[in-house]
Amino acid sequence: MGLETVSEVLTSIWTVWAVLVFAGIVFWAWRPTNRKRFDRDARIPLNDED
Amino acid sequence: MSSNTALAAGPSPAPRYVDNVIRAAVVLTMFWGIAAFLAGVVIAAQLVWPQLSFDSEFLTFGRLRPLHTSAAIFAFGGTALIGTAFHIVQRTCRARLFGGEPLGWFVLLGYQFFIVIAATGYLLGITQSKEYAEPEWYADLWLAVVWIAYLIAYLGTVLKREEPHIYVANWFYLAFIITVTMLHITNNLAMPVSIVGTKSYGAWSGVQDAMIQWWYGHNAVGFFLTAAFLGMMYYYIPKAANRPVYSYRLSIVHFWSLVFLYIWAGPHHLHYTSLPDWAQTLGMVFSVMLWMPSWGGMINGLMTLSGAWDKLRTDPGLRFSVTSVGFYGMSTFEGPVMSIKAVNSLSHYTDWTIGHVHSGALGWVAFIVFGTMYYLVPKMWNRPGMWSTRLMGWHYWIATIGIVLYITAMWVSGIMQGLMWRAYDELGFLQYSFVETVAAMKPFYAIRLLGGVFFLSGGLIMAYNMWRTIRGEPEVVSARPRPALAA
Repeated sequence: MGLETVSEVLTSIWTVWAVLVFAGIVFWAWRPTNRKRFDRDARIPLNDED
Repeated sequence: MSSNTALAAGPSPAPRYVDNVIRAAVVLTMFWGIAAFLAGVVIAAQLVWPQLSFDSEFLTFGRLRPLHTSAAIFAFGGTALIGTAFHIVQRTCRARLFGGEPLGWFVLLGYQFFIVIAATGYLLGITQSKEYAEPEWYADLWLAVVWIAYLIAYLGTVLKREEPHIYVANWFYLAFIITVTMLHITNNLAMPVSIVGTKSYGAWSGVQDAMIQWWYGHNAVGFFLTAAFLGMMYYYIPKAANRPVYSYRLSIVHFWSLVFLYIWAGPHHLHYTSLPDWAQTLGMVFSVMLWMPSWGGMINGLMTLSGAWDKLRTDPGLRFSVTSVGFYGMSTFEGPVMSIKAVNSLSHYTDWTIGHVHSGALGWVAFIVFGTMYYLVPKMWNRPGMWSTRLMGWHYWIATIGIVLYITAMWVSGIMQGLMWRAYDELGFLQYSFVETVAAMKPFYAIRLLGGVFFLSGGLIMAYNMWRTIRGEPEVVSARPRPALAA
């Protein structure tokens, strides 16, 4: 498989790949098991007096 | 000075932060803000009274205009971003700035040096003639060095953090620093004519050059003026309101949707040009999709205030920040509308674009900076609050009226201009000559100038208030009760 074919395949799956990664991020963000840690993370700026 | 001792007295053994660089950045931000607003007022006046260039080549609109845009975006905005980046990254990572004082000072002062050599070059007529990328090769090279030092300082601090999680504001700042490195270097690849001369020729040509320029230009808007200032929003609004951000998961999706989409939106600057049609349509579609992060971010910023709306009455600094989020939502709603080809055929090259840019630059960028500075100045100089809360209120209203005058004048002027350009008479001839459209715009240019004067006056009030606060005299009238931030 030449480099050009590789590039062509990558180009055509790029959008699909990007959409899947983004869907994965959304899934991760809204996963109920992550709720607690995100609530904790949101308080990081407020945890110090400064 | 006393900030270090205050830190040592905190509940946990806090590391000592690099704060002098931040203090200097705060003062420099104010200085460049005034310079940028003043330059804007001068060129707005020149458009009303062209004789104000005094027949001097150094004072022509063409040379002063990039001086204004660079002063606003790079000097005012950029210095604010360097200072707040160092402030936020040290506190949310609970780590001293990587490289310490020396690297911090190098980044801040190196950046100031870049601004000065770029700006003096404009006045002498030295320019690459690329919008927002005007500085010539020697200034570009120097900026690349400074910017990579900035990246090292920031990333180094994140890597040695004591806080396990990287707070979302840092993601926005990091995306900004990395993307600007990539954009700046790619768009400015050039061959100097001589090592001692100022002139260079860019590596790109033709429509590729145009596309790379607007890939750069639009992402300067997307990552410099949007992502980075969103990082500011995600730290200082929760701090000032003393509440965590409304939805942390929304902030994650906000971040990634912005990063995934923005980078593709550049072609909307090249509608109806020799750029291939598919690329124009692609740019338009991605621009319209930007409504998602736009509204996600606006909701997240505004809803952080839910249950604390009363603070807007007592804290004009927070009022600036919250208004800025409103303007963010408004101008990032307007942007995608203008990127639609049918709308763009009317709006492009008209004052509508200038109005749009200023609702973003004045309403969003400058207001979030003002809100941040009003929070940061008392913090960094250990004062109970700003010297005068009343002056903050005055600043808020004067600046807001200024923006409203500015953008409404430009809407009317821009749409009128676009309609006049495309008007035909019954025989198929253009109905108006170009000079007739210029004459029709004059009253609106005068209103815009007035808006600019208002905005500058507000800036001067702020500078005075800041100076009195830093000098540390007792506060006037009733001292503003600062919300207690300690848990």
